[in-house]
Amino acid sequence: MTECPSVLPFGNLAAEFHPQVGGKCASLGVMIQAGLPVPPGFAITTHAFAEAGEASGLMPRISELLAQTDITDSAALEAAAAQAREMVTSWKLLDEHQNLLDQNYAELCELVGIPDVPVAVRSSATSEDSPDASFAGEHDTYLWVCGIDNVRQKVRECWASLFTERAIVYRAEMGYPHDEVDMAVAVQKMVKPRSAGVAFTLDPTNGDRSGICIDAAWGFGEGVVSGDVTPDNFLVDKVMWSINRRTISPKTHAHLLVASDNGAHPTVGRVELPAEQVHAPSLTDEEIVAVARLARTAEKHYGSPQDIEWAVDEDLPPGENVVLLQARPETVWSKKHHAVSGKKDPMASIVDTLVNPLSARKGAATG
Amino acid sequence: MADRFPSPFEIEAPDGADGWQELYSYSAVFSRERRDYEDGGFWFHDGVHWPEALTPWDAGVFEVAIASLGQYNTRHYLVPPAYGVDFRILNGYAYLSPVPAPEGDIESRVPHFMERAGYYFANWDRLYDDWLVKVRALVQQMSELDFSPLPEMEDMDVITSGAGRGSGDRLLSTYHRLLDHVVTLWQHHFEFLNLGYAAYLDFFGFCKAAFPSIPDLAIAKMVAGVDVDLFKPDDHLKSLARLAVSSSIDDRFDGGSPDEVWAKLGTDEAGRAWIAEWDKAAEPWFNFSTGSGFYHSDKIWIQNLEVPLGYITDYIVKVKEGVDLNRPVEKLHAERDRVASEYRELLDSDDDRETFDGKLGLSRTVFPYVENHNFYVEHWAHSVIWRKMRELGDVLKDAGFIAETDDVFMFRRSELVEVLFDLYAGWAVGAPSRGPALWPQQIERRHAIHNTLKGWSAPPALGVPPEVVTEPFTVMLWGITSDSVSAWLNTGSDSDDGSLSGFAASPGLVEGPARVIFSADQISEIEDGEILVAPLTAPSWAPVFGKIKATVTDVGGMMSHAAIVCREYGLPAVTGTAFGTKNITTGQLIRVDGNTGTVTILEG
Repeated sequence: MTECPSVLPFGNLAAEFHPQVGGKCASLGVMIQAGLPVPPGFAITTHAFAEAGEASGLMPRISELLAQTDITDSAALEAAAAQAREMVTSWKLLDEHQNLLDQNYAELCELVGIPDVPVAVRSSATSEDSPDASFAGEHDTYLWVCGIDNVRQKVRECWASLFTERAIVYRAEMGYPHDEVDMAVAVQKMVKPRSAGVAFTLDPTNGDRSGICIDAAWGFGEGVVSGDVTPDNFLVDKVMWSINRRTISPKTHAHLLVASDNGAHPTVGRVELPAEQVHAPSLTDEEIVAVARLARTAEKHYGSPQDIEWAVDEDLPPGENVVLLQARPETVWSKKHHAVSGKKDPMASIVDTLVNPLSARKGAATG
Repeated sequence: MADRFPSPFEIEAPDGADGWQELYSYSAVFSRERRDYEDGGFWFHDGVHWPEALTPWDAGVFEVAIASLGQYNTRHYLVPPAYGVDFRILNGYAYLSPVPAPEGDIESRVPHFMERAGYYFANWDRLYDDWLVKVRALVQQMSELDFSPLPEMEDMDVITSGAGRGSGDRLLSTYHRLLDHVVTLWQHHFEFLNLGYAAYLDFFGFCKAAFPSIPDLAIAKMVAGVDVDLFKPDDHLKSLARLAVSSSIDDRFDGGSPDEVWAKLGTDEAGRAWIAEWDKAAEPWFNFSTGSGFYHSDKIWIQNLEVPLGYITDYIVKVKEGVDLNRPVEKLHAERDRVASEYRELLDSDDDRETFDGKLGLSRTVFPYVENHNFYVEHWAHSVIWRKMRELGDVLKDAGFIAETDDVFMFRRSELVEVLFDLYAGWAVGAPSRGPALWPQQIERRHAIHNTLKGWSAPPALGVPPEVVTEPFTVMLWGITSDSVSAWLNTGSDSDDGSLSGFAASPGLVEGPARVIFSADQISEIEDGEILVAPLTAPSWAPVFGKIKATVTDVGGMMSHAAIVCREYGLPAVTGTAFGTKNITTGQLIRVDGNTGTVTILEG
């Protein structure tokens, strides 16, 4: 078995490394290897976390602290959790791991041609996304992290997020010991989305499996996901690749990067859009089809209808700028069996077609 | 928005066309005796097949064709909900009205339809093979009709053989035979067509139920043939162009007259070999009309050699530039199979896949007829009919009945029976016929009326539209839907933002300058990179599709010629816009969106 480096690009993630990189990184690696255009980045393994923890010698103290805390006492829990996190935040990566981290970040900056490239630093817990433990969203994600110092800091903060109150309670309830936790971290190029949104690999209005339904709006996808922006909607045929439906909505505002007053890194804010953007389509026809193809590739890869998040990255050249941010199985229509009603006997079916032509039974298929 | 179209009785004759009814059969014009029926009906102009004002004799073919369509629905197969399509001529233009079967009869027609149509579907390939034999034999019989002039005296062998009948008898009966052959031809034409469309509609309906958003053209693509007889004339032109280049005689096609080109070719072995190849292809494949085939005035390649020679000259240029002229048959086959297998894969169950396979299989069985009959009937057989009629025209011209050969088409089909008798009687008696004193002036007047009618703009529909257009063949053949009817009702009254809507017949989006073409005679005006805007397109226009960027037509649905060919060539097409040639002018910059079926005038 090949030895797993403690920091490695998503593209180098062999299947045997998955236990050391957590659910999120493993999934990014699988997607890249399936030809899906996810934003580039790298994983920091649980090994780096474990050695840093061991070197700090603080783990027994954290364990003891939590053992003494009554987790039903919210004030006590809050104080203990904060203390545990402070201790973890003080951990240091071993030199060899830190060198690898620095090198991978530098290579990422070089790859996209942006110094101090903004990245998302995401927790990738080993139990996260496993079938019997839904840890998704339990741990922290930091967006728009720029420069190696900040990356190092946010990696430690991700580790520390193992000790949020929610995570502590969750583990207690599930019977997981606090000193056996693991944490890998994903560092991924921050997408600078001109437009973003979601896509289903079926038409959610009627379950039509031949359609890919895209919701799109300007800027970050948060507005689309939360329902805070009325997105443009497109329906693309996944066999013909034609755009069969096209609804351009008035997009009065968007979630965009805004400069901070205090000279810190920009943050995402809700911004009113200029008139010319309100009624303009947020995707070109080429981009619509590119998003659809991306969704279809994900569907084929996972073998079931998918619900994806995507973005058009301003930093990347046209043709390569549509990226996949997340893919999960579509659950509403996929579980329904909808056989096509209709007579199997060919002559009976033809009579039916002639006597009740399609034009007279509009909507019948969508019931 | 208006809720009905004008009554046929409100439509006036254009100035100078009074008395136009005289040009057509008494039963084919709107008449006050059945005003209630005609006023209450919905009549649409059939611009797919008869876009222009009809001459009297051509109108007779129209009547025969549409009556034959109805006969198969009504009397042969008993298509449960649909009788035939009624037909009228108004100011020279063809109008049609689908006739539903009475509600109470539909159920009792079902078992008959199952038995009769079922027999055809079950024995399709054998019957279609028989059909090809029948129709070839019929064309052969038509070709052999003898319209030679009446002789000064009968040949001696008429005496010695004791024939007991002469050339006058022959002339009269030959015309009757020609009329009979026209009827038979159209009987053959509809032997399969409605059933073919019924099978296709059934597959279409299944696909729409399984995939509500599936584009119509995806369904057409799964079914359409690639090796279709209709493409053969164009394929032969390409082969002849390649042969000209490979045998280094391409410099002889330099735009001279066909006679000059033939003279140059005749000078050596290579040229004569080329002519031999030409002759092989010409019968029957160059019996190909530049129009829909329904007008005697449509140019037929074999009689207008400058048309196919012009195409060959264009192709020679491309061959020398190294352009691959072959239709990518393998790629088209592969694409057709990919599309079918991917939709099939997306179905929900094996049961559905089995049904899909059955319906797709039947549609593919019937489609060769649906695509190919057009060549055999509208192009080949009609070419022979017009040619024979011209032979008859020459006889009448020689006898002084008419001034020009083509004046023969200014007679109604039944009227010619009387005209020929007049000619015969004068010849038989040895005294002057009335015709030469009567007809030349009458024909001149009819020409004037017909010319006036040609400049008239026929409204897309008349009468009261049905609440929903459900008649399956009307939707399929003419692309008439509730949406197109309401679009017609809307136009003129309010919006004219320069956009038109029609069928999204072939996908893609392009912008470019428009070239509005009303007839095949204008084809040579089309320049590279233009967007063709025409009432409709015809199979013999194939070579222009290599030049243009997109097509917009006034009439036709998903299965119209323009739709099929544009899908083949990968060009966007919007068909059935109703007003394309009226609203767009040559040179305007337009945008054709074949994905949504819209055409926008951008500037100009």
